[in-house]
Amino acid sequence: MVTNNQVKPTSALDSIKIDVDRAGPTIKPQTCLHVDGLDLFYGDSQALNNIKMSIAEKKVTAFIGPSGCGKSTLLRCFNRMNDLISSVRITGKVHLKEQDIYAKEVNVALLRQRVGMVFQKPNPFPKSIYDNVAYGLRIQGIKGRKILDEAVERALRSAALWEEVKDRLTESALGLSGGQQQRLVIARAIAIEPEVLLLDEPASALDPISTLKIEELIYELKNDYTIVIVTHNMQQAARVSDYTAFMYLGDLIEFGDTTTIFTRPAEKKTEDYITGRYG
Amino acid sequence: MTAATVSFCLIMVFGLLGLIMFEGLGHFWPKNSVMLEMKSANSEIGYELGEIVDRETVPAEQVRALGIFVPEGQVAVDRILLKTGNRDVAGFDFHWYATTQFIRLEYPLAAFTAEREEWGNFYGFAKDLEQDGQKLNLGDQLWPEIERRLDRKNELKDRINHLQKKEMGKVNHNIERLRLRSKKLDLAQVGLNDSRYSEITEERLTWDKRYQALNHELAELYSEMSRDTLVASTAAGQTLKLPFSTLINVFQPNRMSVLEKLGHYFMKVGEFVFDDPREANTEGGVFPAIFGTVMMVMLMSVIVTPFGVVAAIYLHEYAHQGRWTQIIRIAVNNLAGVPSIVYGVFGLGFFVYIVGGSIDKLLFPALLPAPTFGTPGLLWSSLTLALLTVPVVIVATEEGLSRIPRNIREGSLALGATKAETLWRTVLPMATPAMITGLILAVARAAGEVAPLMMVGVVKMAPALPLDTNFPYLHLDQKFMHLGFHIYDVGFQSPNVEAARPLVYATSLLLVVIIIALNLTAIIVRNRLREKYDSAES
Repeated sequence: MVTNNQVKPTSALDSIKIDVDRAGPTIKPQTCLHVDGLDLFYGDSQALNNIKMSIAEKKVTAFIGPSGCGKSTLLRCFNRMNDLISSVRITGKVHLKEQDIYAKEVNVALLRQRVGMVFQKPNPFPKSIYDNVAYGLRIQGIKGRKILDEAVERALRSAALWEEVKDRLTESALGLSGGQQQRLVIARAIAIEPEVLLLDEPASALDPISTLKIEELIYELKNDYTIVIVTHNMQQAARVSDYTAFMYLGDLIEFGDTTTIFTRPAEKKTEDYITGRYG
Repeated sequence: MTAATVSFCLIMVFGLLGLIMFEGLGHFWPKNSVMLEMKSANSEIGYELGEIVDRETVPAEQVRALGIFVPEGQVAVDRILLKTGNRDVAGFDFHWYATTQFIRLEYPLAAFTAEREEWGNFYGFAKDLEQDGQKLNLGDQLWPEIERRLDRKNELKDRINHLQKKEMGKVNHNIERLRLRSKKLDLAQVGLNDSRYSEITEERLTWDKRYQALNHELAELYSEMSRDTLVASTAAGQTLKLPFSTLINVFQPNRMSVLEKLGHYFMKVGEFVFDDPREANTEGGVFPAIFGTVMMVMLMSVIVTPFGVVAAIYLHEYAHQGRWTQIIRIAVNNLAGVPSIVYGVFGLGFFVYIVGGSIDKLLFPALLPAPTFGTPGLLWSSLTLALLTVPVVIVATEEGLSRIPRNIREGSLALGATKAETLWRTVLPMATPAMITGLILAVARAAGEVAPLMMVGVVKMAPALPLDTNFPYLHLDQKFMHLGFHIYDVGFQSPNVEAARPLVYATSLLLVVIIIALNLTAIIVRNRLREKYDSAES
């Protein structure tokens, strides 16, 4: 396996940023996302009830729960993707670091540059592989060919795709396999160096080998990014995540250490779900 | 059942195209001249010369009713339609002859056909040439000499055309420009001794001189051209003088080999496509109509695409999806069903009189009372048709926008793109095949539309093309010719219906071919784009 320090060159600028943002090494993980009293309504029906949670920085947090429990909805609250649905109404607070992301003055586009997202079905644009990865950077107005080249290579390497596509960067991304497309989409998301990466069932449409690759990738990426992953696959949650949240019918039932949740769940519902009684 | 219906439709379509092709393309083939030896009561021999255009079998009664003798007991009579030409002699140039009316039908080798600038074709026998009124008595050398002198005449004609259209057109354009400048000065009420007046007068003088020189040259060319005369006799024996200046083409069809006929055929097709019409559009080519049609359709496309696409984007992406948007959408759809003539009336009332009239008052006051834009023209035609076809583009584009998968839009938004950036960089490129589909439908509809155009800019005969070498090169205010209107005009408004009928078919064929060509171009472009984007939509 490729080790991380080999593929991700750190510049002086990066280390400064780390110093400012993360204020030295700590044993206890810092809170990255803080959710407080979040209610979400689709028209009249409530989909999320009074969610309260803190998501740790540079850790992998998994949301599990039966279909329709609101885990994807909650995930989409973190980059305000729910804004696209006009019937959605949200109360409560979500903080990214110190910033209230639902405050009036927040620029949603800038927020989404900080909180990247990968969807269930691979959704590469009908453009070349290169243009796909460079998309977010070009949106930010970066035009320099050299900067783009470097960023694209770095992102593709981080997504463990570089070796497979380096000779056909100008070919259409639609010619890639499903697993490659999903890794391309991840590369596209990390090319703009977000703080948080939201993964909405990233491997559910893929074959087992591609799934394994994505899981390895998540393991690699948590060194640099705070990752929140929604998954239906309990083994996957157990394998990749540090923390696990179990949701049921819009409620956050239990949230804690992955090992604790899977071995000694405090709630009956959690136990029923992970042992396969329902879901 | 469905197969039967489909094949029925196909048979109809190809039958229609086949008929148009047969009738339209057949017209240009040089037909043999036939000579009929007529029966007559007083045993004098009469002859009729011409080409057979049509044959049919009619009941004997019908022929008898026309006062033509048919033997007792015969029930049906064959008759032929002979194009006898020579309208200047006989007054008419088509005549039905029943087979009972003539004794013999032969193909005399010496017979010749002359295509003329006026009076239609001449059929007869060449006798001699005259130069400046002097007989040349050429004998055997007659035909080579005719051809030589015809070439000379054509060269002169080309030079005359060049002088008239290019050189004199330029001079006229400049004189008109000067007239406008002085009119503008009048309107601005500057003093008569203003230096600009004298400048104009001076320039005007040089152009006038140039005009006179050209006019002189032109007169010389004309007199040169009228030097030769062809002496010919009709089948009935009447002698006629045909000045070379009126001859376009002279040939002996019965002496021509198949190869020569083929050459003649393609020359005629070329003439039809590339030449100007003659004789109230019943002869010559249709080039100005082709040019006008294509020009108008292209201008319409340039106008309708941005408007339709922008409207569709607003309706689909930005407008609040409520009752109002719904009403607008229904209105747009219904707009596509409004009879086209109504658009013509609207175009005339709104574009020509209101908009055009205002433009004239504001921008071209020097030209008034003669209108510039306040009269039907190319721009108003294109705008009217753009209005007519904009619903098609809106509907097709909206359809295309709604087919872009949501996860592609979300993918773009999740990367920090704004809605506008997402539209511009991802959604619109993916929707281009749909936009082009809309454009194809719009072009197909606009190219075939005639009724509204009759009100807003199409004329029977336009003196000049809307595109030339005088500034501003593309004359949006000019009236133009259109193939669809040309068909109507030739078919129904022509003084000589029989002569014009083949041209109706030929022009129809041309119109169909042009529409197919325009559509094919668009379809090829669209398919290229579709290949690029298709797998993303699946």
